[in-house]
Amino acid sequence: MRGEVKVDLEARRKANGSAPAAAPAAQSLARASEPPASPTATSGAPPPIPPTPPGEPPIAVEPFPLYRVLDDEGGADPAEVSLEPAELVGLYRWMALNRALDERMTAMQRQGRIGFYIGSLGEEAAILGAARAMEPSDWIFPCYREHGAALMRGMPLVTYVCDLLGNAGDAMLGHQMPCHEAWRPALFASISSPIATQIPQAVGAAWAARIRGDDMVSLAYFGEGATSANDFHTGLNFAGVNRVPVVLLCRNNGWAISVPRERQTASETIAQKAIAYGIRGERVDGNDLLAVYNATRRARARASRGEGPTLVECVTYRLGGHSTSDDPRAYRPAELVDPWLAKDPIPRMRRYLARRGLMGEADERALQESVKEEILRAVKEAEAFPQKPPLETLFRGVYSEPLWQQREQLEELERAIAEDPRVSDPHRGR
Amino acid sequence: MPTLNMIQAVNDALRLEMRRDRDVVVLGEDVGKFGGVFRATQGLYEEFGADRVIDTPLAESGIVGTAVGMALYGLRPVPEVQFADFIFPAMDQIVNELAKYRYRSGGQFSCPLVIRSPYGGGIRGGHYHSQSPEAHFIHTPGLKVVVPSNPEDAKGLLASAIRDPDPVLFLEPKRVYRAVKGEVPEGEYAVPLGKARVTRAGHEVTVLAWGAMWHEADQAAREAEREGIDCEVLDLRSLQPLDIEAVVASVTKTGRAVIVHEAPRTCGFGAELSALVQERCFLSLEAPVARVTGFDTPFPYTLENEYLPRAPRILRAIREVARY
Repeated sequence: MRGEVKVDLEARRKANGSAPAAAPAAQSLARASEPPASPTATSGAPPPIPPTPPGEPPIAVEPFPLYRVLDDEGGADPAEVSLEPAELVGLYRWMALNRALDERMTAMQRQGRIGFYIGSLGEEAAILGAARAMEPSDWIFPCYREHGAALMRGMPLVTYVCDLLGNAGDAMLGHQMPCHEAWRPALFASISSPIATQIPQAVGAAWAARIRGDDMVSLAYFGEGATSANDFHTGLNFAGVNRVPVVLLCRNNGWAISVPRERQTASETIAQKAIAYGIRGERVDGNDLLAVYNATRRARARASRGEGPTLVECVTYRLGGHSTSDDPRAYRPAELVDPWLAKDPIPRMRRYLARRGLMGEADERALQESVKEEILRAVKEAEAFPQKPPLETLFRGVYSEPLWQQREQLEELERAIAEDPRVSDPHRGR
Repeated sequence: MPTLNMIQAVNDALRLEMRRDRDVVVLGEDVGKFGGVFRATQGLYEEFGADRVIDTPLAESGIVGTAVGMALYGLRPVPEVQFADFIFPAMDQIVNELAKYRYRSGGQFSCPLVIRSPYGGGIRGGHYHSQSPEAHFIHTPGLKVVVPSNPEDAKGLLASAIRDPDPVLFLEPKRVYRAVKGEVPEGEYAVPLGKARVTRAGHEVTVLAWGAMWHEADQAAREAEREGIDCEVLDLRSLQPLDIEAVVASVTKTGRAVIVHEAPRTCGFGAELSALVQERCFLSLEAPVARVTGFDTPFPYTLENEYLPRAPRILRAIREVARY
């Protein structure tokens, strides 16, 4: 392996060495209005092109062991569990609520009551375990599957459903499509659809906190697809150079819409990418709530102590489609999914709680009932809001105060609607 | 009053704003110890330290992306993009993130920051050190775009931009960074955004310009005067927000408008200005609105004087609309 790399470099040095000698000839040819000859053509034999051996294994790095706390049967080393029983049950309830909410919202999307939905199916432990490990004064820079974290940090469920409906109760004033929520009181930053853009922003916020002397660590969520994007590289590089207090949490769920992880990166693991940025990497069983919590807690503590960022890879699986617009049966055979169904993070946590005697079957039934009831109540309350926010909100928040363009355009729109109401009704406008 | 060039005026504004507000930080490539490739941040590192005058890795998307995060948290970052030509790697962070953050969060979050960037041609920089990309950003709701033409305005407008609650792109005409000197008041002052300046009063032809091209427009107006054509020249200073009242008042009076910019003509900001004049001054117009602009080519190296809308071409347009 190393020997082949050496040969490659020698070949390159030879090729480069021939270039300066050829340069004057190339210039004179250019003046004579002929196409310049390539350096290799004027220096005799072309340099050998190093062959790429078929099936060469990926470059090996120090292995990143998968950190686990919960075993498959729900056992755990008590020394690895720092959360109190009530907190454990509380976290389990948030996972259950996240799951039930996703099921309900997906059904509502199928009924045409909301336009679009993105669920967290199978990734609840990675999402909620990490969020629970952060302090309330820490900022969260989400991707788009982390609504569970927003709710757990205090976003009212009714407000969240209003956001999905884009109605008069929507905190985003109907400005964004569903699943692009923001909630300032929870320091839950705004979501955009372009991938990885939140990573440098999370780095910037944490950097700002350090400049001000605040003990704030920001948490950026992203998927493994994001590790291909420009902003992943830029964000980790900026964070590494400046030892910024940020936790970079990758939900490696195996799929970026239809593209599997192995088509996304040639790296064996996501965690090893940390090496190139001079930061710490950790690989965690992302379906293990307690492991994700511990790993994120450790990463937060290091960041807070000034030891810089950590890339935490949560190995998990997207059990559902990318979104309600996607049907994974078109590209993903069921036998790939089946083993992961057995690793579902929610039953796994339930087995743990049962073994510790923290939750019996009756408790579970009561919990599921109360979660469903909470969701139904929130949906009912949310659907009672007017379907649209006031017309003026179309122009609100472009700037701190509307410029003359927004003011004039609002008046123009109001006049148009007054003259022809079809302007505000897409069905009658056709 | 001291006489300063534009670089010194920008430097003065940054220093005073950093003294006034501890949340103001500057970041970018080479802005720290080196003081910036144009020296705009000279001496700031020594006065304010590495925490507030930050040398970043070489990536514009990272400079703007981290500045967005800093602004969200509550700082007032002033990122520098070394040349406006290099702003395009940061386009997604500027257009999809910075500009939309307030709107997309329903006003829960905002990103007040100022991206400073030298722009424009006439320095023999070829197409990667000469472009005028203002139209891309004026076309992005949520951004403000400011272009000073002289040292006094540069200092006062930059102070306003840094104090503004919205993101501002502050384009500095590098061609006149050192070539133009002027008296600059000492101490803090602010020139409000969204106010054009009538730099020359006249009644026959309105000439609209900004940045480095204001100097060419002013020169053309002087030459036109010798030919008996009385021009009114407006330095727009702020392109978004635009001082539409000043534009309409002038063209309503003169009935003729010549718009000057060095960016390519098609879909340049001159097209928008021309449409606004047509919509609002239709009954006053005595001639078609004329545009004197860069051409629809990448910015050239050797023929840059031919490319730039310098005074002789502006003068020809003034004559044409005056005679129409």
